[in-house]
Amino acid sequence: MLDHPRGPALLDAVAQLLREVLLPQLPPGAAFQARVAANAVDLIAREMRLGPAAEAESAARLQALLQHIGPADPAQPVEALESKLALAIRHGAIDDQSMALRAHLWASTQDKLAIDQPAYAPYLRALQQRADVPPPTHLPTHPPTQE
Amino acid sequence: MSNDAAALQAGLEALLPHLLPQARRISALQRLSAGATLQTWSFDALGDDYTHPLILRRSPGGLRGNESLSLPLEAALVQALAGSGVPVARVLHTLRPADALGDGFLMTRIPGETIARKIQRDAAYVGARAVLVQQLGTAAGALHCQPLDGLPTLPVRSTAATLAGLQRRCTALAQPDAVFEWALRWLQRHLPAEPSMLRLVHGDFRLGNVIVGEEGLRAVLDWEIAHLGDPAEDLAWICLPPWRFGQITAPVAGLGQRVELFAAWQAATGELVDAERVRWWQAAGSLRWGLGCAGMRDWFESGRDPTVERAMIARRVSENQIDLLRLLDSEDACA
Repeated sequence: MLDHPRGPALLDAVAQLLREVLLPQLPPGAAFQARVAANAVDLIAREMRLGPAAEAESAARLQALLQHIGPADPAQPVEALESKLALAIRHGAIDDQSMALRAHLWASTQDKLAIDQPAYAPYLRALQQRADVPPPTHLPTHPPTQE
Repeated sequence: MSNDAAALQAGLEALLPHLLPQARRISALQRLSAGATLQTWSFDALGDDYTHPLILRRSPGGLRGNESLSLPLEAALVQALAGSGVPVARVLHTLRPADALGDGFLMTRIPGETIARKIQRDAAYVGARAVLVQQLGTAAGALHCQPLDGLPTLPVRSTAATLAGLQRRCTALAQPDAVFEWALRWLQRHLPAEPSMLRLVHGDFRLGNVIVGEEGLRAVLDWEIAHLGDPAEDLAWICLPPWRFGQITAPVAGLGQRVELFAAWQAATGELVDAERVRWWQAAGSLRWGLGCAGMRDWFESGRDPTVERAMIARRVSENQIDLLRLLDSEDACA
């Protein structure tokens, strides 16, 4: 129904407008604020592009990790599953040394950084180092992402 | 000049005859920090053929973080450290109620650079960079060896209380977090024994809180969260990834390796560094910093500070989470 260009493509144009047109014309204090705004606009564009798949994959991993705790409710939002996992760790209801749990924590943290701060140097180093190491074999398998 | 600055200038000029009899007036008064409750001002006291560069740290009367020392207490601590081997600025005056300028103190302004990225990258500091890690280790050693009977009364932050505080903050989050809880389990399992002796700890020992000249370290600043506790806390905090400002393979302030820092500290104190204890404090530090970022969500959503800048800090939680995972679940020596 909606016409193009849409969300992230428009936001890319807004970020470019802020950085390349407006920012050079602003006094230092306002230029700083415009840079913060441009960074936020970039973040939202990444969130729109990468967020849905990252959350779907996270939900699938969480369902697998939590299945021994109670019956899975496919309608549960990912935030509720995340809280459930955090509380399970807090109360010792899940083995915090397990490969599957650690693989999930790494994957969701890396997926968040790809959106939040993709230039953060420790993230780039982790990406590079973890690419050299094969992932653990008994990871929960992900359902194919829906297009 | 704003009304605030004009009133401040008049108040400071009234102080001059008492403080610096050679000075006649104040010039170049400018605010350096944007903090709402803690202000830092820079100015010069001028007389005939006389200039005294000064700094005012001042709270006009607002509430401050409950971790912070009061400004008079911070002034007393910095004063007590004069001539101790810890390079600090000279405190000239602690504000009195009669000065009508709020809480605060005046100190001599030391020229030099505090911006981490410049110290790490500018050509002017190439000589400083060659010696800075060692100097930071020596300064940390000197401050950790201060006899406590010469210091004002400071809060004690024990290892167990630090863990309990982190636990409380994790539990208070609106949305409990899996990486934080996982890190907390690690901290519980690896909680070190309390140090055999309480030591002076700076609490925010890192690039950004030191003044550096071309020859190296000139002064250690910002003693506002100093306390008595475990010196390993300072040796860990200076290695936190955010304080490396991108120079990730140089764990100490983005400038050098831990072995260099530890060697200088050991030479200054005559004691051995317990690297596992330092690692515990680094994990506690990343969790603390991550919780600080997570708390910004509430500032934003409650309307206490609804700015984009504040919201963007809340989206830096994941930086601290990957720092925790790299430290506790990877073999990377640069974690």
